[in-house]
Amino acid sequence: MPRRIVSAVQHIGHRVIESIWRLGYASRFFILVLLKSGTSLRRFGLVMRELYFTGVLSLIIIVVSGLFVGMVLGLQGYETLQKYGSESAVGTLVALSLVRELGPVVAALLFASRAGSAITAEIGLMKATEQLAAMGMMAVDPVARVVAPRFWAGVISMPFLAAIFSVMGVFGGYLVTVVFIGVDEGSFWSQMQSAVDFRFDILNGFIKSCFFGVAVTAIAVFEGYDAPPTAEGVSGATTRTVVTSSLVILGLDFILTAFMFRGVS
Amino acid sequence: MQRTTMDLWVGLFVITGIIALMILSLKVGNLNVYNPSQSYVITGNFENIGGLKVRAPVKSAGVVVGRVTDIQFSTQTYDAVVTMNMDSRFPFPKDTFASILTAGLLGEQYIGLAAGGDEVMLKNGDKIMKTNSAMVLEELIGRFLFNKAAEDDSF
Amino acid sequence: MPPEVLIEVNDLSFSYDTRPILKGIDMSMRRGQVVAIMGGSGSGKTTLLRLISGAIQPTSGHVKFAGEVVHELNRDALFRLRRKMGMLFQFGALFTDLSVFDNVAFQMREHTNLPESMIRDLVLMKLHAVGLRGAHQLMPNALSGGMARRVALARSIALDPMLIMYDEPFTGLDPISLSVIGNLIRRLTDALGMTSIVVTHDVQESLKIVDYVYFIADGVIAAQGTPKEVRESVAPFVHQFVHGEEDGPVPFHYPAQTYQEDLKLEDTFA
Repeated sequence: MPRRIVSAVQHIGHRVIESIWRLGYASRFFILVLLKSGTSLRRFGLVMRELYFTGVLSLIIIVVSGLFVGMVLGLQGYETLQKYGSESAVGTLVALSLVRELGPVVAALLFASRAGSAITAEIGLMKATEQLAAMGMMAVDPVARVVAPRFWAGVISMPFLAAIFSVMGVFGGYLVTVVFIGVDEGSFWSQMQSAVDFRFDILNGFIKSCFFGVAVTAIAVFEGYDAPPTAEGVSGATTRTVVTSSLVILGLDFILTAFMFRGVS
Repeated sequence: MQRTTMDLWVGLFVITGIIALMILSLKVGNLNVYNPSQSYVITGNFENIGGLKVRAPVKSAGVVVGRVTDIQFSTQTYDAVVTMNMDSRFPFPKDTFASILTAGLLGEQYIGLAAGGDEVMLKNGDKIMKTNSAMVLEELIGRFLFNKAAEDDSF
Repeated sequence: MPPEVLIEVNDLSFSYDTRPILKGIDMSMRRGQVVAIMGGSGSGKTTLLRLISGAIQPTSGHVKFAGEVVHELNRDALFRLRRKMGMLFQFGALFTDLSVFDNVAFQMREHTNLPESMIRDLVLMKLHAVGLRGAHQLMPNALSGGMARRVALARSIALDPMLIMYDEPFTGLDPISLSVIGNLIRRLTDALGMTSIVVTHDVQESLKIVDYVYFIADGVIAAQGTPKEVRESVAPFVHQFVHGEEDGPVPFHYPAQTYQEDLKLEDTFA
């Protein structure tokens, strides 16, 4: 029995060492990507192509989800607020929850599962089919040519996607409460406008989405580049991208929120 | 996919994103570009600010004319020093009366300004002399009960 | 006078962790030669290619390419050197997100400032050389295995390298594609005056096209010679390999304890 306990403890220790090692390895890779970003910035066409795949192709899911999230928020908010006779504050509720939290967070979660997994799978497959090795043999650095453009495209897309998500959400809330239920349009907007502050709400939401963009794409490109060059390896890496980035998004959100809104309001 | 169509889509995407950010700032956040040169700062001492917070609006006749930028506690006078950033389009006389009011029964608190009749206007860095503290519910109830008791005595 | 020596491999050893893969390899390859490196699976052939291209560092010994010691070069110099090398990967390793044309044009666009019109002409010439000029608009996923490898061949000769390495170019091809690739290797080597190293275990096809053969077994050169010498060789290893015999110096059985011990047979039964 004691041997079993020892081996269980050993197992835990092994896992901890492994994860710390991996974290360090990922950080080194992240810095490497940043150092080798010169090519993508000089040849912006490379980033443009990836912007299409990460940004434009994620639009549909972002727009539709944003609309529905906003509509649900509007409906639920109205149900609750009308009990206190303050249904005109529903605009404030929808806008604040979207701009501060739901916009950046849900958009980032969707982005991780839509674009992040695609990035991992693509880089992982390029590695498995020796395309990255072939590139290295042609004296072209795969990190500069393949990884960095995808990274920057993700970083650029994320804030835009989050903003589009929030706007669609506000529109969805407006649609349900003002157009369908009949809340007064003037007070919907004016209450929202007096409650939402540019610096504390919108700018902070924007900053959050920038952080999420960096985190999600960094995880996605690392998992792809690090994936074992087999079919199971790539599929495992894709799953890890989605799981890890979702956890990182939520954890990071808490940390950022604590920093941003501490002492304010 | 043709290169040019891809560029077109990416262009559209970026423009949509920027428009979304602008809608958020202007329509949802009601961003007023506060230019420091177009505003002036005044302070006021309040005995009790209740639930007043930084960023609360300063209103006169219901119109927002400025915002609270800072709230400090003064150890000289043992009251609250509230700093307000005022829109320079709206100058106020020196004997303006500032009181802390509540929007509705449970709404947020703001500073209401009632203009006086002085010829001299408030300048940058000036102090409002006439202030009225926030209503504190306990005090109100206390005063009401005291008056009630006095009324009963008179019978 | 024989043509100059392009690649010199001197007493090259490589260990993976503590497991030796290559133990003191000596080779030399001249310009215009097609050299085959043969050996069983896992005998370190691919490792040898990776050492020549500078992708990994040898444990001892060195590889000289055009007079330069490969593993002593810094990163930039190594990348400059690699522009003089081409490599054909086992399954072509075409960039799946680029068309056939863009695949062949890839290196020209990355490493030269040629105008697009000239790149177009060059790409069509390279594709013509492998007989696929008509396929330049296709995407790699629309190509058969043999065609993909021909495109990859066109891509690796894009910048007229001095050396092309082929990692198992014959694997998984039908007989027609197989001889097409074989003949292309020979023809392009002669036409461009370069050197080709073919790593393979397809004995019959490669003996038809190569000038010299090295056999690698257990990390050392077990035999070498011209195709004629190899065919007539009586050395047991070469004979087994060339004729594909099941048992011989390369045993059928993986090293194990005796059969009896494994089956836990009692001595009385033995």
